[in-house]
Amino acid sequence: MIKTDVVIIGAGPTGLFCAHQLGIIGLKCEIVDNLDKIGGQCIELYPDKPIYDIPAVPKCTGEELTNNLIEQIKPFNFNFHLGDRVQELKNENNKWLVKTLNGKEFETPNIVIAGGVGSFEPRKFPTKSAEKYDGKSVLYSIKDKTIFKDKSVVIFGGGDSALDWAIELSNSSKVTLVHRRDDFRGAPASVQKIKELSDNKTIDLITKYSIKDVKGNGSLESVEIKSESGESKVIKADYVLGFFGLIMQLGPIAEWGLNLDKKTIPVNTENFETNKKGIFAIGDICTYPGKLKLILSGFHEGALAARGCFKYARPDEKYRFEFTTASSTIKDRLGIKE
Amino acid sequence: MAKIKYIEFNGTEHEADVANGLSVMEGAVQNDIPGIDADCGGGMSCATCHVYINDDEWFRKLPEKEMGEDDMLDQAFEPKSNSRLSCQLIVSDDLDGLTVHMPEKQV
Repeated sequence: MIKTDVVIIGAGPTGLFCAHQLGIIGLKCEIVDNLDKIGGQCIELYPDKPIYDIPAVPKCTGEELTNNLIEQIKPFNFNFHLGDRVQELKNENNKWLVKTLNGKEFETPNIVIAGGVGSFEPRKFPTKSAEKYDGKSVLYSIKDKTIFKDKSVVIFGGGDSALDWAIELSNSSKVTLVHRRDDFRGAPASVQKIKELSDNKTIDLITKYSIKDVKGNGSLESVEIKSESGESKVIKADYVLGFFGLIMQLGPIAEWGLNLDKKTIPVNTENFETNKKGIFAIGDICTYPGKLKLILSGFHEGALAARGCFKYARPDEKYRFEFTTASSTIKDRLGIKE
Repeated sequence: MAKIKYIEFNGTEHEADVANGLSVMEGAVQNDIPGIDADCGGGMSCATCHVYINDDEWFRKLPEKEMGEDDMLDQAFEPKSNSRLSCQLIVSDDLDGLTVHMPEKQV
């Protein structure tokens, strides 16, 4: 059981800056994110895309923004729990007991949900028949590539994951790559390589087709694909891999008794607390009149939520407003020696 | 201003007067029309405002896809050649009478 002042759910920019604000006012926090890296949507959806509306930063990429935020909270040495998801919340004596999927437990007076639009999960095949083989021979990520040796593998998708795995597995498996259109969104060098491998018949490249059905008798035997005009083909397959990017699911957050408005959580705009005492929501996941889904709004929300957390974490102390330019206490916390 | 018709996968029809400058996605969200999720809020980074333009003539009449829209559509549910992201369709008088069909689901 880890005791802390705040558990932050979500390591995107909003969660990171809220952690910074908590550090500045002298609170401890633990940060949980179900991705295996820090950065949230910035890293998962647009690491290379420039962002132009961070105040005083004319232009930066999602990755640069994330790295700068990580740098900014370094002095506080907060723990990250990545590849894990908060699963269960229970209130006992005004404390929240938090349990994660991997079995970690926290005791905290405050939870800040900075969960974006929920947790990222791979988008799966729309075909019902694929569910039966999910995790066995229909896969959306690869943990052990040796299982594909000398097997027939049909890969769907046009992004980097699909292309990279098609190239990698073509050394030791019979690879077919299926994509819905002729253009690929993967890196130009990978697209070039795929075209070469297809030209010299190392892989089968089939475009303008998508999945129709998977077939097998106990174990997977083939996959049927269809074109938009209705033609279909059957390809022998021991494994079918789908790389269609990630979707966002609210997941367990929906089960914590919080008021919800579609997929967002209504909050007050004084400290971004939800209908549950000690649970705050900031960033894309919260809603209030005038809400803008901008990173800068998330920063503001995180700063105010941090002050809201102070009240419950230090009930006997009075929060005192200080500037980082002037406060020697804050400079100590930041490890700045003058 | 344009009258936009939104047809859910189950056939339910909705009509909305959408002001110029808003996106077809915003027209749906602001009028509580179900079937368009728009998780990212219109940033062309989630593919959950996916619609089909079943009328060929309308499909051709719409402004062309910008770079990135097709990449995002790769990640949509059952994309087809007449797929668009409704957040990228900005309403003007020219769009009066447009009909969009929604996919079975967005995620």
